[in-house]
Amino acid sequence: MIEEIISNKVGQKIILLGNEGIARGALESGVQFVTAYPGTPSSEVGNTFWRIAKKVGVYFEFSTNEKVALEAGAGAAFSGLRTLVSMKHFGLNVASDFFMPLVYSGIKGGMVILIADDPSCWSSAQSEENTRAFASLAHIPILEPSTPQECKDFTKLAFDLSEKFQIPIMIRETTRVALQGGIVKLGKIVKGKRKGKFVKDPHQFSTMPPRVLEMKKELLEKIEKIKNQVSEKSLINKVYNNQISNKSKLGIITSSVSYLYVMEALKELNLNIPVLKLGFFNPLPEQKIKKFIKPLKKILAVEELEPYLEKEVTIIAKDVNPKLQIFGKDLLSETGELRPEEVTKAVAKLASKKFKTETLLKIKNPKLKIPKRAPQFCPGCPYWLVFNAIKKAVDPKKVIFGGEIGCYMLAFYPPFHFQDYLFCMGSSVGVAHGIKKASNKQKLISFIGDSSFFHSGIPALLNAVHNKSNPLIIVMDNQTTAMTGHQPNPGTDKTSMGDKVEGAKIENVIKACGVKDLKIIDPIKQKEFAKAVKDSLNNKNNEVSVIIARRPCIYI
Amino acid sequence: MKEFNIIISGVGGQGVITLTRILAKAAIFNGYDVKTSELHGLSQKGGSVETHVRFGVLTGAKQIHSPLIEKGKADLIICIEAQESLKSYIYGSKKSGTIFLINDFIKPILGSKIIPQTKDILEEIKRFSKKSISIPASKITKEKLGKEVLSGVYILGYAASKKLFPLKTKFILESIKKTVPKKYFLLNKKAFDLANYD
Repeated sequence: MIEEIISNKVGQKIILLGNEGIARGALESGVQFVTAYPGTPSSEVGNTFWRIAKKVGVYFEFSTNEKVALEAGAGAAFSGLRTLVSMKHFGLNVASDFFMPLVYSGIKGGMVILIADDPSCWSSAQSEENTRAFASLAHIPILEPSTPQECKDFTKLAFDLSEKFQIPIMIRETTRVALQGGIVKLGKIVKGKRKGKFVKDPHQFSTMPPRVLEMKKELLEKIEKIKNQVSEKSLINKVYNNQISNKSKLGIITSSVSYLYVMEALKELNLNIPVLKLGFFNPLPEQKIKKFIKPLKKILAVEELEPYLEKEVTIIAKDVNPKLQIFGKDLLSETGELRPEEVTKAVAKLASKKFKTETLLKIKNPKLKIPKRAPQFCPGCPYWLVFNAIKKAVDPKKVIFGGEIGCYMLAFYPPFHFQDYLFCMGSSVGVAHGIKKASNKQKLISFIGDSSFFHSGIPALLNAVHNKSNPLIIVMDNQTTAMTGHQPNPGTDKTSMGDKVEGAKIENVIKACGVKDLKIIDPIKQKEFAKAVKDSLNNKNNEVSVIIARRPCIYI
Repeated sequence: MKEFNIIISGVGGQGVITLTRILAKAAIFNGYDVKTSELHGLSQKGGSVETHVRFGVLTGAKQIHSPLIEKGKADLIICIEAQESLKSYIYGSKKSGTIFLINDFIKPILGSKIIPQTKDILEEIKRFSKKSISIPASKITKEKLGKEVLSGVYILGYAASKKLFPLKTKFILESIKKTVPKKYFLLNKKAFDLANYD
């Protein structure tokens, strides 16, 4: 598939995933600088560039974390290069401290930020987020493609808009867009030939008060301009079936993958209802929406997760059509992704059409249960060894286990059940410190992987050491970012570009944080590992203990 | 032709995604529009995997849009692991004339005491289908080719020989060639043909 993504056959039609469409769109826009932190459902964007970067002459890195990825990307965009930054929804939480003022300052070279949300949490612990919230929080323009072809087209549009208005543009996907396969027509790959140069301009890039308030004002003006000059006119905000012959005077407003479910529903129900498909979530084309809803009696907002669109329509309708009946989350769920039949049912109800979901039957045989197959550690995974040794060393009922994002979170499932809390990357150590301060007599083991440790574990460790806390931290060092597909991290001896480099030594970082009780053990030495766990848990010196469980993932 | 909807289900590592890619490409070679949906991440580590493949006309009122198949609307459901059919049955219905092809292979579920029989599963699945067929794909590919992972392609060969989908065999073979690594093409072709000539 990689050969196809970099194919120069203009006009050729190939199957790409949404994420690959984003990568191809960037290549057709002359992108020169790409950064990412891996995370499903966004990973294929970074993975694609990881494989092709050298071949196509684009700089690429998997950065230490999402904030650093965004900062690196911004630096390149400040210097005039076209830049793509990719992460999943949680990543933007990590990056948001930098992200907010970045939208104020704007950029020089076009900058596109790809965020992939995961409704239904197919590959996400933590929370089910809706990144659309950043439209009102950060005022960033947001485009929402619904197909792989649109992923490519919208990326190209985003680069142009970004450069024209000197503002980063977000493309928001959801899982069924990011991992949707579909036909994409290839355009020309444009080789970016700009030489990066940072031109001093503190007026643009230093967000000092009182200048920062001027910047906010300028940002709001930019958004107004994008709304009037682009969003109101753009064909990516388009009305389909624009003849209101339906007696019910019903209309549908939608975007992203939800639009595809709407079109499928209309086909199935044989209806010809007008549909306003929005490519822009921010800024919304207010006049276009007004014109669309004016002659309607009823409108259905079809969107996944929180009813942001429905609320906007409610506000807009007040002026132009106060009697409009607005439907949305009263018919469609706010938790979990939408299902096509759920949308069909909602449309059928409002259009007074009959629709029966076909499968109402259930499995009858009580011996046959719907398989609940928990993911497991791969056969031969070194983490089996770590958890086995811990099982031998302690009574699991008497120890608190702090979990983290990485393969070792599978210890939550049978046979181990070694996970009493799980939040975000870096948090196992931060929370461990608080628990130990609150309840020093309880024993606690906090797990953190090598990639997570670099990502955001170091500040938490420093804090625990400085404040004389005493959890046992086990660094699960399998020397790669395994769960998302073995991407490099600062500890690996090769950069994302494939260049040799001396990987950072975790033990050196840990020692520099002030940890005295540090052991590095290959968990294949079960007895030694179990003894180290026991000793550290019984450490009477009231200090942080760290064991680095070092054994590479079997796939590297 | 109206649209054609295929569900493929199995367990991480069985080649569900590869099979999805093979079918999608074959559909394009056949002149259809294609939509697929898959999930990545944790599920690859031995969890349940379910993908959707839809194909149909390129343009017009009958065009396909959604990457997901509606419940009860699958034409063909391929289960590379038998128990997974108890999850993907929701896409089958008698009304849609769904055909189930179920590999006679059970991967036990950790912590589950009862290991069901394929014949019991088949009996149950009948209610959601026009026809449910059990195929000893894992057994045959292991015995004859030494690799169970070829069972998916074997089932594909079976479906092609019985004309269970509107895809020309030469296009499927061309697609296999373009999807699997070069050194495994002949092995995959053998698996495909094994069922074809039965």
